Amino acid sequence: MLRRLKPVLQGALVPLLLLAAWEACSRAGLFSPVVLPAPSAVAVKWWAYLLPAQPRAPGQGALEWMLSGELPHDAWSSLFRVVVGFLIGAGLALPLGLLMGANRRLHDLMNPLVQIVRPIPPIAYIPLAILWFGLGNPPALFLIALGAFFPVLMNTIAGVRQVDGIYLRAARNLGAGPGTMFLRVILPAATPYILAGVRIGIGTAFIVVIVSEMIAVNDGLGFRILEAREFMWSDKIIAGMITIGLLGLAIDLAVSRLNQHLLRWHRGLEH
Amino acid sequence: MNDQILVKGVHQVFRTPGRDVVALQDISLQVPPGQFVCLLGPSGCGKSTLLNAVAGFVLPSAGEIVVDGRPVAGPGPDRGMVFQEYALFPWMTVAQNIAFGLEVQRQPREQVRRTVDELLDLLHLGDFRDRFPKDLSGGMRQRVAIARVLALDSPILLMDEPFGALDALTRRTLQDELLRLWRRTGKTILFVTHSIEESIYLADRIVVMTYRPGTVKRDQPVDLPRPRDPSSAAFNELKRELGALVMEEQQRHAADELKAPAVD
Repeated sequence: MLRRLKPVLQGALVPLLLLAAWEACSRAGLFSPVVLPAPSAVAVKWWAYLLPAQPRAPGQGALEWMLSGELPHDAWSSLFRVVVGFLIGAGLALPLGLLMGANRRLHDLMNPLVQIVRPIPPIAYIPLAILWFGLGNPPALFLIALGAFFPVLMNTIAGVRQVDGIYLRAARNLGAGPGTMFLRVILPAATPYILAGVRIGIGTAFIVVIVSEMIAVNDGLGFRILEAREFMWSDKIIAGMITIGLLGLAIDLAVSRLNQHLLRWHRGLEH
Repeated sequence: MNDQILVKGVHQVFRTPGRDVVALQDISLQVPPGQFVCLLGPSGCGKSTLLNAVAGFVLPSAGEIVVDGRPVAGPGPDRGMVFQEYALFPWMTVAQNIAFGLEVQRQPREQVRRTVDELLDLLHLGDFRDRFPKDLSGGMRQRVAIARVLALDSPILLMDEPFGALDALTRRTLQDELLRLWRRTGKTILFVTHSIEESIYLADRIVVMTYRPGTVKRDQPVDLPRPRDPSSAAFNELKRELGALVMEEQQRHAADELKAPAVD
């Protein structure tokens, strides 16, 4: 028990020391609470942000009431946008990447366009996104999808291209036609690359969701921390930032779990 | 028309930027059904090229290969191939690898399961059915690869230095296993190796090939009684004789390699 606790304690040491120093400085009145509130104030605010704002209405379920606070609502909105935006972007990138990876002609045809568009950061599309889609979820989803699109596309192309020719020869020898070859040989052989692209794509989507919420919508964690700035609520800004960090961590853990399951046959750097 | 594999005047030229490499020159070979033939020679003698041509992975520059009366135009499950690198699909379990060829043929699920079970049993792989190839030793992987082509029930088995990467003891075990399967199934086997001892241990007939351009240097029948004893006098006499032939070619190969970087 003690042995398993040790790395946890070790890992917590530096953050805890930092928090204690910060708290001490704040209490000593070194910083104005508007500029840098004490960690305890942030924790209190975070808790208030998490709790339901209204008393439980008659007929409202207990869980529904517990999740009716501002923070659960914002976190859910952001998560929803990341997931839907990512699925749109990756859903378009995956088939295109498979085709471009497998077909030299299509690759040569599409690659110049991809290489020109790819370096434009999704943030640069904000003005166009608002002109095209107005305000609300559509421009946000567009930007997130764009952020997820290129990492998944590039990695899928690379993944298909690196498939070892010996698998293709073995499959042809065993009588596989083009359809089987694609679905049962090329696609699984490319999954390590594709999943690496998924991970980068989800990371980009998560950055873009916060930015797009700052400009296009009226809820979500990105919107909330910008709104808190208007009122100089630094404690709420930091509470929101911590929530963003936790949500990002949760998403990364989920993707990593998926990776481990889908690549349980894979032995890492060897092949 | 009795030959299962008929190689007629096959030439194979590989064009490389510097020069054209003649891998095979006017090779002709007739293999009757059920014969175990070893192609023997140093690396670069074109034995693997010939095997790949029979498999249909490369088409000859000139000449023709006829299998069961039909000219070879591409790879097919009537000529199951076992590769030195195993070439198992790492994302499939042992059982899924063996089932692959049967599923491609759209055999009924129940029948696929029965065949896979039989093969797992035949190759002593029962305990490994749900393992992934990464968890298996080289010898076990090659057993799976053999089971995978046996599943096709093809009359011809093509083997490209299948035991080349295995240690000596595992190698001998698998050679015995292969002979047992060959006796049981009566398949025609075309087996590429650079090991003289391996070829004498296994084959009915050894085709010694020359180094570049690849031609037939000696077509040697082996009529030693089976099971063969590698320490017997007759075995070693043949080994010495073939060894001298192969070493001549090996020396040409070595001299060539010193002159220019090998293009393989």
